Amino acid sequence: METTTVNSNFKSEEYFINMGPQHPATHGVLRLLLTIDGEIIKKVQPDLGYIHRSIEKMCERDSYQQIVHLTDRMDYLSSHINNEAVCLTVENALELDIPERVKVIRTIIGELTRIASHCLWWGVMGMDVGALTTYFYGFRDREMINDIFEETCGARLTMNYNIPGGLMFDIHPNFVKRTKEFVAHFKTKIPEYDRLLTGNVIFQKRMKGVGILTKEDAISFGASGPVGRASGYSCDVRKHHPYSALDKVTFNEALKTEGDSLARYEVRIMEMWESLSIIEQLIDNIPEGDYKVATNAVIKLPKGEYYQKVEAARGELGVYVISTGTKNPYRLKFRSPGFSNLSLLNHISVGGKIGDLVATMATLDLVIPDIDR
Amino acid sequence: MKGYKIECMINQALQDLIGNWFPNPEVKNISEVVAVSETEDATEENVENPEPVNPSLLEFTEEGSQFLNITVQPEQFYALMTQLKNNTETHFDYLFCLSGIDWGEALGVVYHLESTTHRHIVVVKVKTEDRENPTLDSVCDIWKTAEFHEREVYDFFGIKFNNHPDLRRLFLTDEWEGFPLRKDYVDDINMVIK
Repeated sequence: METTTVNSNFKSEEYFINMGPQHPATHGVLRLLLTIDGEIIKKVQPDLGYIHRSIEKMCERDSYQQIVHLTDRMDYLSSHINNEAVCLTVENALELDIPERVKVIRTIIGELTRIASHCLWWGVMGMDVGALTTYFYGFRDREMINDIFEETCGARLTMNYNIPGGLMFDIHPNFVKRTKEFVAHFKTKIPEYDRLLTGNVIFQKRMKGVGILTKEDAISFGASGPVGRASGYSCDVRKHHPYSALDKVTFNEALKTEGDSLARYEVRIMEMWESLSIIEQLIDNIPEGDYKVATNAVIKLPKGEYYQKVEAARGELGVYVISTGTKNPYRLKFRSPGFSNLSLLNHISVGGKIGDLVATMATLDLVIPDIDR
Repeated sequence: MKGYKIECMINQALQDLIGNWFPNPEVKNISEVVAVSETEDATEENVENPEPVNPSLLEFTEEGSQFLNITVQPEQFYALMTQLKNNTETHFDYLFCLSGIDWGEALGVVYHLESTTHRHIVVVKVKTEDRENPTLDSVCDIWKTAEFHEREVYDFFGIKFNNHPDLRRLFLTDEWEGFPLRKDYVDDINMVIK
């Protein structure tokens, strides 16, 4: 019997379904076109652009102070670190001498941001594999960090605390006390996370040996952050290209070699411990001094090209600025970690089941506005 | 920081090494044009020549950038990138940033490369003057991350990549007219010009 196929890419037993853009496990408006055979995934094609705002084009008309505010809207869970990336680029280009106080405060808040981001990830990660309680636990602890931010920065999510030259204002008098309270509190909570989810037999079976990414592929796909480090690829920007006060602290780079979903999960748990350690080393010794240095009201970068990389909660964020000497950048490119991490999703999920795709995606920790910049 | 400070090649050493892969045929003592020199033959520089002739087909500069910049012609581009990745002395296996740029008279792509073993960084720039039908070689088969990044560049700058497995628009719809990140793009409704 002869059949006519509309699209020659499909064999008769294969068909395709949409996952998203309103699927709860895609954490935003990501649409995946799945080609499946029964429940086995044959191909995953992301369809992007549902919330693309063309931040890079907007940057070309904005001043450098304004650009800082746009970066909040990329990876909104590590907004402070995104702000810092742009500020560092501008400060390095102007060769400003940034006070030690600023560097230490930036690093502390950056690590708090990382913990807050990982708390949220841990909560929704559990929910994606069917454990509802984690969501409430994760948000409970993240709420404490958001309260600290609210007091000091005036905002809980899009903080805008960094400005080129320093910080918008000094820390709140309660900042040190509340941060210490949080560190003490959270040290008792990570073991609780482990008891609730990490050691769970069902969870382990969903995670172990699923979505394996080798080290060579991780490098070739440009994976960074916990995704790269779970494959044994040492890619922590804080270690290799330290910025702010990160060269003054000692911490271990969280590395695993298995490259599966469980390794990516464990790397993030290890990172929370390391972040706590970094905060503890700095919180008692915040140097006295100014919280910013004066810059011109209109910032003009010297003619040239500038590149700054920082370790955001999801991996390496790069800011590439080409300046012609005017008050706007000629071209500004954000190298976002989520974009590269998404590109390897097809590679690691082909051959697996649809349910595993949801779990694998959760371990990649995608934030869609970071991909759709 | 123990173990994280690896002795990396200084930019001058990198420049000498990479420059020798593509010797300039106009320089004396080079009798025939070699497109890709696999060997490490050093180009003999003519010290008596009063006018400085670039011994390589590549242009190197460190001016206005913290990295070593290599400008390459589209014809040598793919061979250069293959060498940068495969040569054990350079071994640039991590393509961490791929940006399309509209230079006004030319369209181009900038590649930021890092070696995870040697930890040195170079920037490779390639340009094409053709704004109507700009075409460059794809590096998808060298670095897998390039597939998505090149689709992004195609989407916003309209640069086509030879041998790309799946060159379609990535963010915008297929019906979209024009390439928004080009400097001459006009959209009266969505763009707010100050």
